[in-house]
Amino acid sequence: MTQKRLFGPEELGIILHRLACQLRESHSDFSSTVLIGLQPRGMALARALSQILAQDYGLQSIATGALDATFFRDDFRRRDEPIRANRTEIEHSIEGKRVVLIDDVLYTGRTLRAALDALHAFGRPQRTELLVLIDRRFRRELPIQPDYVGRHVDALDTEKVRLEWADDGKLESVFLVSETPAP
Amino acid sequence: MSNLSVPHLLGIKDLTPEDLDLIFKTAEQFKEVINRPIKKVPSLRDITVANLFFENSTRTRLSFELAEKRLSADVVNFSAAQSSVKKGETLVDTVNNILAMKVDLVVLRHSAPGAAYFLSQHVDASIVNAGDGAHEHPTQALLDAFSMREALGRDNLKGVKVAIVGDILHSRVALSNIFCLQKLGAEVLVCGPNTLIPKHLHELGVLVESDLNTALEWADVANMLRVQHERMDLPYFPSLPEYIAQYGVDRKRLEQLSKIPVIMHPGPINRGVELSSDVADSEHSIILQQVENGVAIRMAVLYLLAAQRTPHYTS
Repeated sequence: MTQKRLFGPEELGIILHRLACQLRESHSDFSSTVLIGLQPRGMALARALSQILAQDYGLQSIATGALDATFFRDDFRRRDEPIRANRTEIEHSIEGKRVVLIDDVLYTGRTLRAALDALHAFGRPQRTELLVLIDRRFRRELPIQPDYVGRHVDALDTEKVRLEWADDGKLESVFLVSETPAP
Repeated sequence: MSNLSVPHLLGIKDLTPEDLDLIFKTAEQFKEVINRPIKKVPSLRDITVANLFFENSTRTRLSFELAEKRLSADVVNFSAAQSSVKKGETLVDTVNNILAMKVDLVVLRHSAPGAAYFLSQHVDASIVNAGDGAHEHPTQALLDAFSMREALGRDNLKGVKVAIVGDILHSRVALSNIFCLQKLGAEVLVCGPNTLIPKHLHELGVLVESDLNTALEWADVANMLRVQHERMDLPYFPSLPEYIAQYGVDRKRLEQLSKIPVIMHPGPINRGVELSSDVADSEHSIILQQVENGVAIRMAVLYLLAAQRTPHYTS
């Protein structure tokens, strides 16, 4: 297994601040917005973004939640082992709200499809948007596109994108991991 | 590990502590699902479940049926009273007829101990034992342990003291509870009249106590079992008032204790016999939480068993 570092902490800081800035631009005071991180890895990103929004723009009480779409997946009984379910915590009503789904990597789009289904058990948002840190744009298996993108990463099918978080919730680095050694 | 080590749920005896943990963790997520505005997930939409009840049951059958429907499974119900069993059909024939209709999971309640095991040897479906005679009732034990974890606010039961009180002899709930609690590291004590305690039970490593006050003083949790009048072919105690005086729990008895244990009951309650109404409806009782948790536990069991089955379109 080999891994290549795509971005370090400094570059990631710039990307996260830009994403927070874009959210601020289109959601102004966030009074009718709910940020929802997809379990397990979208949550850390959602937290990092609301931290920046609080520090830079003084937006202290943005509604956030965590969504787990395991029971809505379309690959149940098609993989060797079922995926272990995670906690869902949506305490704010999403009825009529603007929901931003947040995930670390957008790949085939199947997790997002499951998440869109799962979200509807909690109400009917006025609008649902998608924010991802990494968009692997040529690997989509469903017609799903993000509204906010950190970076596009074009990689082989055999390669994986891995995010590394520090203990204090800061994003450290993004790696491209490949199972087979580079030729 | 996110797979069970067994293809069927026949009894707690076959499960590993890791299986128990996986079932509890999954049930926690399903408990959140059944408290959503829309309480349904699509996981089992290509699964058909047959509920075969050869013995009367209301709450277990309802609980299973609700769990199946909340997982989007197709459900067929069958109860012996309305079936060809009365016309002399054997268990395997009945079940094979149902399997010919492409059923993936069978939930079985039967009066013969080992009925679920027997079925698992003869048919190609995952079997969930919903009670076989006085042998096991695994989902009840799972939901009891899950409710204890919740009531005591801990994620394991190591060192927790559980008293099982009443008619142990006729109870499958007692046996499954003993296996389950011991695998989770809890200490188990049984309490009841000598005639209603199986002779060699202490060999399972449980404490046996005939005085209820001593048992309740010792316990963190008291699981009160129903006096099963319908299974008593002999007089096991002199009279009902005498049983109530010695083994009935009422508020007066609880107030004499230095600490009051969590009170549980698998239902249906004989009010005024094993539990008085003021205790059954008190803040110490978690009987209704047990019922709610029953659905979440059964969803977890069905989900994890279904996960191991190959879909029809790939076979």
